[in-house]
Amino acid sequence: MGNPMKIRATAKDGVTEVKILMQHEMETGLRKEADGTLVPAWFITEVKAQYQGRTVLDGQFGQSISKNPYLLFRFKGGAVGEKIAVSWVDNKGDSRTDEATIAA
Amino acid sequence: MNTNQIHKAMMVLALSTSFAAVAADSAVTDSDRIEQYREMISDGNPAEFDEMRGEELWKKAAGPNKVSLEQCDLGKGAGVVKGAYSELPKYFKDTKKVQDLESRLLTCMTTLQGFTEDEITAKPFASSKKPSDISSLATYVVGQSKGIKMAVSTKHPKVKESYEIGKRIFNYRAGPYDFACSTCHATSGVRIRMQDLPNMRSSKKDAQIAYTGWPAYRVSQGLTRSFQWRLNDCFRQQRFPEPKFASEATIALTTFLAVNANGAEYVGPGLKR
Ligand code: HEC
Repeated sequence: MGNPMKIRATAKDGVTEVKILMQHEMETGLRKEADGTLVPAWFITEVKAQYQGRTVLDGQFGQSISKNPYLLFRFKGGAVGEKIAVSWVDNKGDSRTDEATIAA
Repeated sequence: MNTNQIHKAMMVLALSTSFAAVAADSAVTDSDRIEQYREMISDGNPAEFDEMRGEELWKKAAGPNKVSLEQCDLGKGAGVVKGAYSELPKYFKDTKKVQDLESRLLTCMTTLQGFTEDEITAKPFASSKKPSDISSLATYVVGQSKGIKMAVSTKHPKVKESYEIGKRIFNYRAGPYDFACSTCHATSGVRIRMQDLPNMRSSKKDAQIAYTGWPAYRVSQGLTRSFQWRLNDCFRQQRFPEPKFASEATIALTTFLAVNANGAEYVGPGLKR
């Protein structure tokens, strides 16, 4: 299981803004160690956000995303006090899900 | 350094600024763009993960003595973390030394927890393979001074002396290129490649910005870096021998730079390219 994310969500005027900071090495598979050995690819492939069972974000990630990725998105609706759940899956099959409560 | 990560960081930079660049005129400089990028991700600073790690380490019983650092005196009494960083370096009676945050943490880890100094100072900085406990602890402690004004007192003669030594080192030219810190950091409005060089000798504002943004997450390295690391790397840029971790010279320089930053709100842990 991966390391925890930091999620901040705020609802205003019928729109919820979600900021996600993920902890992940995001190795491209192209980088070499000083001794020439290739560092194996290891990156998040999919990010999903769910609100009350509804998918509000479904994204594909790849090698061009930096280490410890930061993602901001907005969706219509979302109520203060309700929860938003974010999950990612990486190319090694590891995954992580974290939740945050929507603030005002 | 990892060029791949730099390229990725630069790509994010390019993507994040492309809209602004269209709207603005051509006077937008590279440093403006770095500033925009910094702003964009400042509420998602990965240094927070290092703060979390540091806080856990602070509270966890460790070392041969199996105690936490919760009784560590950072200058405001045993266990007081809030606001401690804004007042460091300080003179400590128990060690009879002026100490910066990292050397003080070293004292607590050796005296309270029973680690040996060598165990900690052998590899005091994080690498992509291995995090550094003392560095994460420092990130946690500085975070507890966020929003508090820098107020390093030079009333104690030893601190005053440390300040004066720091000032001399800052201006001391030597090495294969005959560089001093002041060669790169005592002129306003200059830069090396895309990096603005703060004038820490005569611009109060530059000195404040430069000091209060450290420790910082380095996007190009994917690591949170401590102030001792910052100094260590500048000694390297200066082609000087590597300074000893938490040595008197590094503490003196820190005293000089911290005092010059007095009055500014501490805003770290920061975010650097
Ligand atoms: C060869 C030029 C050079 C010399 C000499 C040099 N530095 Fe630096 N310094 C830099 C550069 C370049 C940066 C910005 C680094 C970056 O962004 O990668 C920097 C950054 C810094 C910063 C952080 C500033 C900020 O705003 O983040 C501090 C503090 C600092 N140097 C202190 C020192 C001290 C103390 C010395 C003397 C021991 C020194 N430097 C010597 C080039 C130099």
